[in-house]
Amino acid sequence: MNISKPLRRVILLELSIPLALLSIGIFEGLAQVIYRSGMIHQASFAGTDYYQGLTLHGVINAIVLTTFFAVAFGHATIAYFLKREPSAKLAMLSFVIMLTGTLLAAYAMLSGKASVLYTFYPPLKAHVTFYLGAALIIVGSWIPFFDWVSIYIKWRKENKDVKMPIAVLGTLVNFTVWFVCSLSVAYEVIILLIPWSVGFTETVNVTFARTLFWFFGHALVYFWLLPSYIMFYTFLPKIAGGKLYSDNAGRIVFLMFLLLSIPVGVHHQFSDPNISRGVKWVHSMLTFGIVIPSFITAFTLAASLEYAGRKRGAKGLLNWLTHLPYFQKDNFLFGYLICGLILFIFGGLTGIVNASYSLNNMVHNTAYQPGHFHMTVAGPVFLAILGMSMYLIKELTGKKIQLPVFNTMVPYLWVIGLLTFSTGLIWGGLIGEPRRTNLGMTYLNPESNLYHPQWVNDTTITLFGGIIMFIAGVMFLSSFFMTLFSKKISESKLDFPVSESLHVEKRIGIIDRFGPWLIVMFVLILLAYVPALMDVFKYSGPGSPAFLPDNPIPLK
Amino acid sequence: MDSFEKRALILSVGLMMIFVFALMYAVDKRNSDVPDCLPYDAAYTKARIVKLDDDTYQVFCVARMWRFEPESIVIPVGSNVDFFVTSDDVVHGFNIYLKNVNMMAVHGGISKSTVHFDKPGIYKITCHEFCGSGHQNMQAEVVVTEKK
Repeated sequence: MNISKPLRRVILLELSIPLALLSIGIFEGLAQVIYRSGMIHQASFAGTDYYQGLTLHGVINAIVLTTFFAVAFGHATIAYFLKREPSAKLAMLSFVIMLTGTLLAAYAMLSGKASVLYTFYPPLKAHVTFYLGAALIIVGSWIPFFDWVSIYIKWRKENKDVKMPIAVLGTLVNFTVWFVCSLSVAYEVIILLIPWSVGFTETVNVTFARTLFWFFGHALVYFWLLPSYIMFYTFLPKIAGGKLYSDNAGRIVFLMFLLLSIPVGVHHQFSDPNISRGVKWVHSMLTFGIVIPSFITAFTLAASLEYAGRKRGAKGLLNWLTHLPYFQKDNFLFGYLICGLILFIFGGLTGIVNASYSLNNMVHNTAYQPGHFHMTVAGPVFLAILGMSMYLIKELTGKKIQLPVFNTMVPYLWVIGLLTFSTGLIWGGLIGEPRRTNLGMTYLNPESNLYHPQWVNDTTITLFGGIIMFIAGVMFLSSFFMTLFSKKISESKLDFPVSESLHVEKRIGIIDRFGPWLIVMFVLILLAYVPALMDVFKYSGPGSPAFLPDNPIPLK
Repeated sequence: MDSFEKRALILSVGLMMIFVFALMYAVDKRNSDVPDCLPYDAAYTKARIVKLDDDTYQVFCVARMWRFEPESIVIPVGSNVDFFVTSDDVVHGFNIYLKNVNMMAVHGGISKSTVHFDKPGIYKITCHEFCGSGHQNMQAEVVVTEKK
């Protein structure tokens, strides 16, 4: 199909601006592994402080890139699958608001006034423009969602007995979760932090703010993940040369994410005070519940890929794994998606450890954490974003991919780099290495009396992995921007490789609508979070005044 | 749902049940639990070590930018120690390597864990939450001495 020029322009901007910023993001990633390996023993490097760089790395890679991409991909899926374009004016408005937010936050971070990391836990205080920027990015991303919902409602009226496309279900589930969870962080930022950061209120309840953040924070990771799940269910079987094993399984998976993405957030706070053990158990068990849709996905996708491999002539038990279209320049998207899936096996398993109540004591806030979440957010999420961004600009601009060999190799190189990187971090975490720490200054500085030689080997492995990842990132960005600025060779269009279902399954009404599931979602959120918040208010002591990251004396 | 899907689902749910069982066992029989949740009381914000008897201690630990107080805790081998941790300013972390103790030190909150030290040695306590520009300097230690 064709996408009108104004909407096309918005989508292209939403894909390319965050990828341009990603050059800062991955450079700061490289800087982290260099500091942490003890190669340099200094507070700052190339004009950026360690913690400032870490803030940039987190905000650009995990908030800006992911949110802009989810919106752009949402526009594309809604327009393509419902055959009706979202309003280009509203899309532009949302883009301008998100861009303004990004620029405000970028100003705060680059000027060194917001080195508080992307979780911005109070009572560390950032400049007010950082909080405003975060709020605008979130609010901007809500606007298209309302537009898509109205398009869906119109489509549903005209197509009463047709299954909604899985991609539409996925997109709407994703943004429903995003909208509900971001109300909590919007409350944290707008009601608690902004008045406090400008001095209207003196103190802030730290555990309350952390609880609001994690109501948002864990659902956020599914907001990153679901666009990749949409690609796994909708495109991957097709580009592998097969069919989707079960279409209803995909629908159930997305609906389970709708129910369980939010009422699990306290599993990030197992080590926090002011929340009782009972609440932590409940959130641990609900987190185990959300493992089930990922197991269903693992089965359904493996079965779909096996079918594809056998159609391509594979025989025997596992031979299908070698009969898939790896390393193909004109089917590069397959490489990005399959590599993401491989990483997600390890990302998912290490995540179960985190969710496991007191087992978390072993790994909480150690280097194990970045080891884990790089295999999720920098695994299936990041690779799907890269592959799909490249696919969309190729389609929407009608240009030929430049440096196609680079583009094809990137995901495989990324897997090698990332598995090396995460092996080092997970090993380090299990022997006590903290995350979010400029190790090179003290713990990996032989001159320091805090020197910990047992962390030398694992941080060196992490360094090698990080260098490989950085090279892969540079290769991708070169290919992407050379393509974007090359000459147009064909007409712009938008086509997706949509998978058929292997079995003919009839429409099951209950998994083809939202109403009942939304009610269950709200009930689960109330059951999980009312007791958590009651604990927070029951046990908490006084609130805290504000602190700047470089000064132990409170402000005022 | 076909029979393969049913089997995959039963296996997944079964696996998660085994994990749940293992966790319950660890909590019940191995005393591996998350920090205890205590109501806030200002008495916890004064750093001190209290010896209750020969092998029972209470350590009231206050984390500040960028040190722990007390910074060195000397106890004899075989001691049981209750750690009560809070923060005077921003959020800090409290991780005793190899002792399965992992707590956040939060302003206005008290975390508690009990540890048995059965081997002599030096156990480092590392701050594992970003707490400002001096975060990488923040370490304390438990020195477990041989019985005389």
